[in-house]
Amino acid sequence: MENGYYTWMLVSASLVLLMTAPGLALFYGGMSRTKSVLNMLMMSFSALGVVGIVYALWGWSMSYSTGFANVDGKAGKEIAMLFSDPFNQFGLEKTDPANYVFVAFQLTFAVITAALISGAVADRLKFSAWLLFLPIWVTLSYFPLAHMVFGGGFLSGAEGGLADLLFSGKDGAEVAPIDYAGGTVVHINAGVAGLVLALLLGKRIGFGKDPMKPHNLTLTMIGAGLLWFGWFGFNVGSIINLDAYTTETGLVWLNTTLATCAAMLGWLAVEKFRDGHATSLGAASGVVAGLVAITPACGNLVPWSSMVLGLVAGAVCALAVGLKYKFGYDDSLDVVGVHLVGGLIGTVGVGFLASNGGGLLTGGGPKQLVVQIAIAVFAMLWSGLATLIVALFVKAVIGLRIAEDDEVEGIDFVEHGESAYDFGTGGGARRASVLSSSTTSATER
Amino acid sequence: MKLVTAVIKPHKWEDVREALETFGVTGMTVSEVSGYGRQKGHTEVYRGAEYDIALVPKIRIEIVVDDADTEDVVGIITKTAHTGRIGDGKVWVSPIDTVVRVRTGDQDAAAL
Repeated sequence: MENGYYTWMLVSASLVLLMTAPGLALFYGGMSRTKSVLNMLMMSFSALGVVGIVYALWGWSMSYSTGFANVDGKAGKEIAMLFSDPFNQFGLEKTDPANYVFVAFQLTFAVITAALISGAVADRLKFSAWLLFLPIWVTLSYFPLAHMVFGGGFLSGAEGGLADLLFSGKDGAEVAPIDYAGGTVVHINAGVAGLVLALLLGKRIGFGKDPMKPHNLTLTMIGAGLLWFGWFGFNVGSIINLDAYTTETGLVWLNTTLATCAAMLGWLAVEKFRDGHATSLGAASGVVAGLVAITPACGNLVPWSSMVLGLVAGAVCALAVGLKYKFGYDDSLDVVGVHLVGGLIGTVGVGFLASNGGGLLTGGGPKQLVVQIAIAVFAMLWSGLATLIVALFVKAVIGLRIAEDDEVEGIDFVEHGESAYDFGTGGGARRASVLSSSTTSATER
Repeated sequence: MKLVTAVIKPHKWEDVREALETFGVTGMTVSEVSGYGRQKGHTEVYRGAEYDIALVPKIRIEIVVDDADTEDVVGIITKTAHTGRIGDGKVWVSPIDTVVRVRTGDQDAAAL
């Protein structure tokens, strides 16, 4: 059994890595315009580069530090400890190698959470600002939340934690919060961060006026498929209890898939009814919305309730992506509409549907629901405040947004010196004609 | 000599090329272009947001022909590219002063 555990954790970690690069990169890249697709891909890849290293240096140390074994919830105490000695396992030298598979797995979670944010800032965020934002954001927002939820901290069922404060039981909360694989830590966190960044950055030039349609939905469909595949590592790999493997592995896989199937259909149904067509972008988006929603709930639902949750998530997210036009924030690729809204549906939804009589609709009374709402609200507040601080800092130091002319020209060429395609002029490309892309001299520099 | 320029629907391009070849046209310049006429493009919906797509993809054919062949060439294109629905395109003819074949220096009719 032990060997099986190590094998599966390595496979899971690798699957979650695939979700960021190339899964998420392609999903977002296809939705970008031809003049900014490379920058979009680069934001995912650079998140892997930067956060991967930061995770080994002090991310693991902060998120799962065994140095603070008995934090017992208590927000103030936990945070003080996290930041008073964030480097106690710096560079993993003092980490037990037997834990390395778990470090690997959690590293990939931190990476994709940061990469998810990039969808909100398409076309206009300085690449240098992104690179500076990444390490500080994971330090102030991701690692603390990961410790609170996964590391037995304030948002777990521990004594002195939020759930314990609401409904105290013996040795901790009467009703422990449910967040199986990161509805709060990953999706609500990334969604709120995306919203804050989109608000601080402002709208793209021409938002709501120019056609900013996806330039290549084939890439987006490939990306969505890779995300789905990688998500089996994300969710099924989150079973950390060896004894639960026989009863939970199949359940979590099935719940993950069934919710996603239902969410895709839910999204398409809304589109067909409202817009007249079921679109490929809708299918890809519904898939991701379903995966997001089932993430916190995948171990605490049964197949039928997973389908219900997925269907609701797909339909509601299909409506929620329109909010940005109503409220006028340019969350370019819908990080808020899919990840924040989907994360909330999953985190709160499990309070209604939790199996074994735990949820409001499954005979368990309102306590689980109240706890779920409480952790979701806390995660939103934490992420919002942390992101605001980091973003304002980056803005003060190097600025967030590229120059207006550069944005019109296209961020790919301005920030990376490249253009993605050598043909066509569709989708807003300015440097893609045959003449401007032909090489006049290929001399060495 | 005349320059015949035709902007037609992309799916009609193969038919038009075949018909012109059968007639004896030996060469032409073809490009993928986009534009709009009276039909003014169409709308597309992405994640619930509606976009006006003003430009419709078309094929532009340019052929330099002898004065005598002009009417036939225009007739062949008009007949072959015709579907009767909106957006079939246009054909126009303009006069040409001089044509030179780059390889040989041949001029005008000899260069065609």
